[in-house]
Amino acid sequence: MQGFIRACSLVVALGGAAVAQAADITGAGATFPYPIYSKWAEEYKAKTGVGLNYQSIGSGGGIKQIKAKTVDFGASDMPLKPEDLDKDGLVQFPAVIGGVVPVVNLEGVAPGQMKLTGEVLANIFLGKIKKWNDPALVALNAGVKLPDENITVVRRADGSGTTFLFTNYLSKVNVEWKDKVGAGTAVQWPEGVGGKGNEGVASYVQRIKGGIGYVEYAYAKKNKMIHLAMKNKAGEFVQPDDLTFQAAAAFADWAKAPGFGEILTEQPGKTSWPITGASFILMHKVQADPAKAQEVVKFFDWAFKNGQKSASDLDYVPLPASLVKQIDTALRSSLKDASGGAVLK
Amino acid sequence: MRIQRIQDAIFHQVTRFFAFSVLAIMAAIMGSLLYGAWPALQEFGAGFPFSAEWNPVADRFGGLISIYGTLATSVIALVVAIPVSFGIAIFLTELCPPKLRGALGIAVELLAAVPSIIYGMWGLFVFAPLFADYVQPVLAATLGNVPLVGNLFQGPQNGIGILSAGLILSVMVIPFIASVMRDVFEVVPGILKESAYGLGATTWEVVWNIVLPYTRVGVIGGVMLGLGRALGETMAVTFVIGNAHRISPSLFDAGNSIASTLANEFAEAASDLHVSSLIALGLILFFVTFIVLSLSKLLLMRLGRMEGEKT
Repeated sequence: MQGFIRACSLVVALGGAAVAQAADITGAGATFPYPIYSKWAEEYKAKTGVGLNYQSIGSGGGIKQIKAKTVDFGASDMPLKPEDLDKDGLVQFPAVIGGVVPVVNLEGVAPGQMKLTGEVLANIFLGKIKKWNDPALVALNAGVKLPDENITVVRRADGSGTTFLFTNYLSKVNVEWKDKVGAGTAVQWPEGVGGKGNEGVASYVQRIKGGIGYVEYAYAKKNKMIHLAMKNKAGEFVQPDDLTFQAAAAFADWAKAPGFGEILTEQPGKTSWPITGASFILMHKVQADPAKAQEVVKFFDWAFKNGQKSASDLDYVPLPASLVKQIDTALRSSLKDASGGAVLK
Repeated sequence: MRIQRIQDAIFHQVTRFFAFSVLAIMAAIMGSLLYGAWPALQEFGAGFPFSAEWNPVADRFGGLISIYGTLATSVIALVVAIPVSFGIAIFLTELCPPKLRGALGIAVELLAAVPSIIYGMWGLFVFAPLFADYVQPVLAATLGNVPLVGNLFQGPQNGIGILSAGLILSVMVIPFIASVMRDVFEVVPGILKESAYGLGATTWEVVWNIVLPYTRVGVIGGVMLGLGRALGETMAVTFVIGNAHRISPSLFDAGNSIASTLANEFAEAASDLHVSSLIALGLILFFVTFIVLSLSKLLLMRLGRMEGEKT
């Protein structure tokens, strides 16, 4: 009996110690940045002892959780509107950049060889262009052999930030798309079959001859898919890669977008990839526990300055230095403790 | 003595509590589904199950597409699974050499133990390409030209769609139906069958006139079990149905079932109305399953009464 009691007290003591030690920060939300957040968390824990418990439950879930204050930060692939941020007293900043890439399954076409404009891409997804040898496609691709094959549109079946970026882009470049379909994490698709997740779309496109879809850049690269070159706002055809994503982020006018709510599609700049987007972090402006908020900010500050390599390894694009500085300034001015004092000194 | 009586009383109470907790859980699920679905039902009214609209951007939702997909895939599954399961069960109980019987029986039961996600992945990566290359062209060239049903077999031949989902489902429900059928066929008294054989009946006549009437309740029960699984199956269907919100005359075309819509959209449903509409779909699935089970019970009661009249 005594031994049992001793064992119990030991367990309690250990448990207590664990609680005291772990000032872990918690976050929840977007699935797209989950691999890089967990990689950063691992490295950060090894360095500082502070762990991050991130649940990739989806952007919608992340927004709900941060509103309910059950987590220290929420993560969303889609920026919240300034009025929503104000309503719930949230600050928002980008944490990592990614790009969306149209991919096709066409025999005899090399990756990056085929070119499209946003206007034509939207017409394909509207179902107005049904054949690969449509004159609109041939005109853009002199020298590429386009087969007399039906186009099968593949898109996401689940709601996703990837879809948001893609449809946001199509809405900017094609009026009919904007009026008929619009932009959102899920839309009423006029055409095609739906795959679940990036991997679902990737596997459909790889299997269906004449298929066209859109995936996160990392998936296109990992699966060696045939991606397309796109015409950007400056009229140049660009290939998707780290540099063109970063260019889109760098040319964007962050200072003008309240809450960094800048959607990086169709940005100016000769080298900007037109379907780029950031994944965002949400925090409450007024922090009941300033120490916790400091930990969150410290974590991301560390990640922005030391996490570029792991980000690139996982095919994410780190934020440009100019943007990191702006985020720092914004957080310093907006994060407050309960009595209105600045959280970050 | 008294202690035993108390024990009995406690045992009685405990078992009763367990049994009634099932009812309580049912009511609670029903209640929370209704509560969650209320905003959507209020917004879209009684027309919700009959509207083919599903537009997250405009926040307009209706259930018709998903309901159609659920029913269509389940019907296809049963149309294929019932004859095959019947054949399996007859072979195992009437025709199979005893040595093979055990092995085959276990194989059928193992099929039922395969997790549904495996069926989904197999369906997408193995079945769909083969189906697209070898089966769909043949179907389109033959059945596709038959008047009336021809349209069902015309359309995109990429191996994904309502028909593929129905066929995968049929593979999934076959073990359920077949093993129930086998179990009930086995309890047919030997004396009945032997009498029939003694009168010169063929195997087919014995099965059709003796075994099947004797086991009707069990067979229908097995089919309903299969139908129940087919209606609610999620992952396997999500993989191969194509997940498109539209109703097409072709079975080759992509569609959506209630369960696959829920699986796809719940995590990232943006607006409250979207979430509520998804819960309303869940409520409808609940009702559909409930109606199917009630109908089967009713059918069984009718059959029982008819039998009573005959004798």
